[in-house]
Amino acid sequence: MNLIGLKIKNFLLAGLSFMAISLVACNGGDNNTPGQMANNASSDDNTLLGAGSTFVYPLFSKLFSEYNKVTGLRVNYQSIGSGGGILQLTNKTVDFGDSDAPLNEEQTQKIGAPVLHIPMCSGAVVLSYNLSSVTDTLKLTPDIIANIFLGKIKSWNDPQIAAANKGVTLPNTKIVVAHRSDGSGTTNIFTTYLSKVNAEWNTKPGAGSSINWPVGLGGKGNEGVAGLIKQTPGAIGYIELAYAAQNKMAFAKIQNKAGNFITPSVTTTSAAGNIQLPADAKVSLTNTDAADGYPISGFTWALIYKEQGYNNRSQDRSNKLVKLLWWNIHEGQKYCEGLNYAPLSPSAVAVAESILKSATYKGKPAM
Amino acid sequence: MDVVKKVFSYRKIRTETAFKRFLVFTAIAMMVIAIAIFLTLVIHSIPSFQSLGTRYFFGTTWDPVSNVYGALPFLLGTLITSFLALLISIPFSYAIAIYLGEYQTKGWLSELLKNIVELVAAVPSVIYGFWALVVLVPMVRSLEVKVGAAPYGVGILTASLVLAIMIIPYAASLGRELIRLVPSDLKEGAYSLGATRFEVLRHVILPQTKSGLFAGLLLSLGRALGETMAVTMVIGNTSILPDSIFSPANTMASVIANEFTEADRTLYLSALIELGLVLFIVTVVINIIGKLIIKRFSNE
Repeated sequence: MNLIGLKIKNFLLAGLSFMAISLVACNGGDNNTPGQMANNASSDDNTLLGAGSTFVYPLFSKLFSEYNKVTGLRVNYQSIGSGGGILQLTNKTVDFGDSDAPLNEEQTQKIGAPVLHIPMCSGAVVLSYNLSSVTDTLKLTPDIIANIFLGKIKSWNDPQIAAANKGVTLPNTKIVVAHRSDGSGTTNIFTTYLSKVNAEWNTKPGAGSSINWPVGLGGKGNEGVAGLIKQTPGAIGYIELAYAAQNKMAFAKIQNKAGNFITPSVTTTSAAGNIQLPADAKVSLTNTDAADGYPISGFTWALIYKEQGYNNRSQDRSNKLVKLLWWNIHEGQKYCEGLNYAPLSPSAVAVAESILKSATYKGKPAM
Repeated sequence: MDVVKKVFSYRKIRTETAFKRFLVFTAIAMMVIAIAIFLTLVIHSIPSFQSLGTRYFFGTTWDPVSNVYGALPFLLGTLITSFLALLISIPFSYAIAIYLGEYQTKGWLSELLKNIVELVAAVPSVIYGFWALVVLVPMVRSLEVKVGAAPYGVGILTASLVLAIMIIPYAASLGRELIRLVPSDLKEGAYSLGATRFEVLRHVILPQTKSGLFAGLLLSLGRALGETMAVTMVIGNTSILPDSIFSPANTMASVIANEFTEADRTLYLSALIELGLVLFIVTVVINIIGKLIIKRFSNE
């Protein structure tokens, strides 16, 4: 009996230490593990895998279900956040990622191979407020917005706000700033805008998907910020245009670079992107030169490896992926407006086309 | 021969040992998982620990843009909300424990109360968060207007209130069980000497159960420390050091939940994981202390 007991002990010890090691080890995985993808992701070549931005998720579910009707191809997109999508692409567990911001230096270095950024659509971020006594639409200049979010303008009847809104009686209400508490592409677009238009913001706190806010309350998700704005008299916060429009929230006109006050809409957002884009499309659409463009908006990019022939991927698979994205930037664009996303401007479609054409499979064009 | 074969069948013995092995294996697997989680947290915290060291615990700035991570506001936020919640919950959980354990031990009212208390523990925390957002926040806001604080509605007080409600069942259930376990000859002895009910409670029951009741509190504290969803919905999520109980703040658990998905740099991710490690250690230590006290109590 003793002997058996000893054997059990040894057996258990060996098994347990193995388990412990494997449990610790399998989570070590933000490094590249070559050869993981092809078997790991989906052996079924009729299902493509994607992961990333939550912002684009409603549009992608619509697009992929429509595309499925046309071609029978299934796309499984997990909206785990832009950062997560990039990580999954780095680990080669998905065919494409989607991010609301281009890869940063560290991500580019980690991923180790050229990645194409293909713009899918753009989205605007609006400033929504809660001032029951004000019936006119508020007008805000870049400096006013920056000073409110820096905590320098503390009250709604501040002379700066009054100067931009002549004829509007502003109440002596304390301003309550609401921002996103979760890391998000929306925050990235908004803070990139503030960094561009305000030198002080640019040095501190700067731009990012989550930043060190000088003032204000944090709400989780668009619904969290919207909830804070709706509940708190005198609140102001930034939310996605789609969310504000669907929930009929008041939002301000913003002065753009050309000096015009622009009401955020799908049209004015598309207009902001109708500019000369760089060849890689990695550009922020905030504060562009477009005279009738709304200044706070940004692309969301689908991310794929430039060289598609990695990890024993079949040519069929890479071909299907490129075709899917091609469809997204052409036929797919008509579904944007209904969901309050801004379709790509003609110049953006042209740039996206040439980027997609540069994708290769084992050195030869993938299309 | 046949009878002997049946009794000492090798198959029987093999089944017996196999079953025993299975039991031991599954039981120890739980332990291994806990240890593996701890090790994973430690390994992934190393980059943050190396680059930030102890500044991590004393720094008050959490700035992902410039890669500066100071967790003090979140440490304080977690501790303040949890202890405040505990303080608020004590009268309620003790009252319920005493009432159900001594005054109303039988009958439909007792059953109903007991079931409701257990139900309160089973409600998902997001529902508490939602309720707090819709009901508690406006109440706290009107209180803030009365006392002249900034009328945010969300903040430490709101978070502590909702946490207090969530943790009441833990201390209450354990307290009720312990009070019932007080030997009846002790109580009867006191009664026969002419003690009133309150005197029996004060001089017999509470001294008998005090360490157990305290352990119940520690268990509820452990629960409050790790609570995420309900807190993040009403605490205001700001990384500025709080200066009053009406201030918005942030807790370790809600920072992790909020920022983990979009943490796009190694150091940032590592700093968040280190936050998880700290939370893990704090809750484990508090739970172990609670368990030790219960153990000592039951040995007595």
